[in-house]
Amino acid sequence: MEDALLINRLQFAFTIMYHYLFPQLTMGLGLLIVILKGLSLWKKDERYNVSARFWAKIFAINFAVGVVTGIPMEFQFGTNWAKFSTFAGGVIGQTLAMEGVFAFFLESTFLGLFLFGEKKLGQAGHFAAAFLVFLGSWVSGYFIIATNAWMQHPVAYAIASDGSVHVNDYWGLLFNPWIGWQYTHNMIGAVITAAFVMAAVGAYYLLANRDAEYGKIFIRTGVVAGAIASLLVAFPTGDGQVQNVYKHQPVTFAGMEGLFETKEGAELMLIGQPDMEKLRMDNPLYVPKLLSFLTHYRWTAEVKGLQAFPRDEWPTNVPLLYYSYHIMVGLGTIFIAIMLVSVFLLWKRKLYATRWVLWILMLAFPFPYIANTAGWMTAELGRQPWLVYGLMRTADGISPTVSAGNSLFTLLGFLGMYFVIGVLFLLLVIKKINQGPESGAATH
Amino acid sequence: METLWFILVAFMLTMYVILDGFDLGAGIIHLLVGRTENERRLTLNAIGPVWDGNEVWILAAGGTLYFAFPQVYASSFSGFYLPLIIILWLLMLRGLGIEFRHQVHNPLWKRFWDSAFSFASILLAVFFGAALGNIVRGVPLNSDGYFFEPLWTTFTVVPESGILDWFTVVLGLVAFFTLTAHGANYIAMKTDGEVQTRSRSIAGKAWWGVLVTSVVGLIATSSIKPEIWTTFTEHPWGYIFPVLGVLGLAGMIIFNVRRQDTRAFLSSTTFIAGMLASTAFGLYPNLLPSSIDPSNSLTIYNTAAQAYGLNVGLVWWIVGMVLAAGYFIYVYRAFRGKVVLPAEDAGY
Ligand code: HDD
Ligand code: HEM
Ligand code: HEM
Repeated sequence: MEDALLINRLQFAFTIMYHYLFPQLTMGLGLLIVILKGLSLWKKDERYNVSARFWAKIFAINFAVGVVTGIPMEFQFGTNWAKFSTFAGGVIGQTLAMEGVFAFFLESTFLGLFLFGEKKLGQAGHFAAAFLVFLGSWVSGYFIIATNAWMQHPVAYAIASDGSVHVNDYWGLLFNPWIGWQYTHNMIGAVITAAFVMAAVGAYYLLANRDAEYGKIFIRTGVVAGAIASLLVAFPTGDGQVQNVYKHQPVTFAGMEGLFETKEGAELMLIGQPDMEKLRMDNPLYVPKLLSFLTHYRWTAEVKGLQAFPRDEWPTNVPLLYYSYHIMVGLGTIFIAIMLVSVFLLWKRKLYATRWVLWILMLAFPFPYIANTAGWMTAELGRQPWLVYGLMRTADGISPTVSAGNSLFTLLGFLGMYFVIGVLFLLLVIKKINQGPESGAATH
Repeated sequence: METLWFILVAFMLTMYVILDGFDLGAGIIHLLVGRTENERRLTLNAIGPVWDGNEVWILAAGGTLYFAFPQVYASSFSGFYLPLIIILWLLMLRGLGIEFRHQVHNPLWKRFWDSAFSFASILLAVFFGAALGNIVRGVPLNSDGYFFEPLWTTFTVVPESGILDWFTVVLGLVAFFTLTAHGANYIAMKTDGEVQTRSRSIAGKAWWGVLVTSVVGLIATSSIKPEIWTTFTEHPWGYIFPVLGVLGLAGMIIFNVRRQDTRAFLSSTTFIAGMLASTAFGLYPNLLPSSIDPSNSLTIYNTAAQAYGLNVGLVWWIVGMVLAAGYFIYVYRAFRGKVVLPAEDAGY
């Protein structure tokens, strides 16, 4: 059983992390394309329209991979987590079905119109199609986050006689207090990814001395959106997440921060390695008392450490949880710095000529992907050992009849297939970027 | 209320088979009807703007099954573990085939994705039919409501059979021929010239396959699962579904001969709807019959979620479906008529 559990977890983790590489760009880029399209209508400037069309091509490739990697996600709750599905289907089946009915139909039908219908629809209609695609992807994100939020913080349910849970308050489920910050934080994280990607392509065009006009539009749009989003992801949304975790999952919080002992005036760990044998941080570098301040807005408040909780409720992998969280926050701080410097130079009209900043912008685009993935690892590892926080343990959730051998077979299959898809995806996107914004017919 | 959700889930699955069925059918005949690059682009452009929306029906149906009958979702998906994951891989391959093919203008690249698209579509049709066969035949559900089937064991119909035995393979073939004809009708309706002529001819030939395999399938079903007829004898109005199926089947060949493609397409649609509705009617109130012990069968009564969720679910379900119907009508109208090939760099 141990093997089966591990393989099921690895398969789910791998497939969901891979899937999420694509929707984060879809959701962020969806917004930026609406902005570009809106600018073209408002300023009557055809260059913005060409830019929107160029990004729509990349959007289409990215969307296709998002769709194909999303399908397995929907099915794995049943195939690999059958006990969990029997237990919780009466609640999370609702939000997942709503995602299909309200979001995927919207996205998938209007994407066809957006990509192929510019001539038929006219400019205003095309703008509307872009907006509906964007709306669909953000609604989709909402229902998925609502599902995840319920697993982090179950609300609005009743337990039936056979032990399974069922929704008993719809609005309660859809407006779970956990959702507000989780949704806004996550969506802003997606905008950061898109902003960095857009700025990177722009910086590449400028540094390579080609398509400079468009390069500047991309950089401008990316940097302004990126600066706003980088600030918002830390405050208030990141701070809101911290407060939620601290209130509802205190043991997770202690693991994220690497705090072993309960303390008044707890320190904020910046760097250090959790030592799970000696139960302390090695090589710590910290700011004294800051953690107490951040959680309670009081320098001397008490913060509970891991040792205040029974060991079998600790997150199962404290070091990885701690590193994931610190990677996310560390990168978030760096993003703010990069984007503020860029916006400052933009304002001083020096950005397009400051090559070292352009180099940074061009090379920085992978890091938001890492930050988003690390953020999800924080959330999901922090939830352990619970599958549904406080209600069901992960070990009790897997399919009782699927053997470890069978899941290993499919895990290997996913690894192979996703590797090939990843290579092809990169090839196609690089090809589009090299063709440049002005190549190709107007309709696609 | 349980009965209503049974009908709604069956309805969504039927919508999936009808809509994505013609995408799969188009995939099956893709290499046969399209000999030149432009001819192949015709098939792809006929389904290109709609296939993803069609595919969403299976996601929405899965989600609806999930919240209305959680235990059935869990048990069937884990029990059919391998075939389902293989179906997922094939769906991925099919989707990539459609979306990646037109990105690079290189004959080898196109050749590869054409083949991938066709290969995945053929296997998907067979697997979907076999899946239906498994549900009709029943699966070895234990008293906890779980089971596991390997892909195949001895190919005979025994309680410990695999996913594929001769019976389910027959139903797989029914599905294969039906979707071939259905897809060919769709392509004939959406195109002109050579591609249209070839599609019609394939639809005509596939019809004989549908006829033969359906008759065999029907006899086999009646001998393996005579119970399937009890609901019909108890509620004779249900015979309307098989009758619809037969009418559809007749229409398929009549309109094919008369070259009335739209009507032929509507006939294959009716045939699919009639057949699936008959099956659902025969299964009712079972969702997943047990081949070991009938008392282990999962029915709508022992698996339904609680009333509150089902009631409120109905409200949002109706709202969502009205919206979805709106988008579908809008999109199919926007892309109505024969396919015109866009420039090389645009479209599929
Ligand atoms: C570009 C991406 C990005 C960046 C820079 C940040 N985050 Fe984040 N974070 C995410 C992207 C993300 C995410 C991927 O969107 C997560 C995963 C789950 C979720 O809702 O959002 C997340 C989760 C997440 C959680 C876990 C919630 C839980 O356990 O359920 C906390 C506490 C924070 N974030 C806090 C922060 C803080 C204080 C940041 C300061 C800079 C920060 N994040 C930057
Ligand atoms: C609605 C959204 C999500 C749901 C319902 C969900 C659900 C689950 C489930 C059922 C598991 C397996 C059990 C477990 O090990 O906890 C899991 C694990 C995991 N998920 Fe999520 N997940 C969601 C979103 C995400 C996203 C977007 C990511 C990352 C991009 C992610 C990353 C992970 C990781 C890394 C694990 C493995 C944790 C471990 O093995 O300890 N999840 N999640
Ligand atoms: C376990 C969790 C998840 C499941 C079951 C899931 C399921 C799916 C499915 C089935 C699709 C394809 C839809 C289509 O055919 O059009 C899809 C695409 C998508 N998913 Fe996920 N997904 C999960 C996690 C996430 C997360 C965490 C997000 C973002 C917050 C997300 C956002 C999206 C978006 C925006 C799309 C549109 C296509 C794309 O972006 O490429 N998904 N997902």
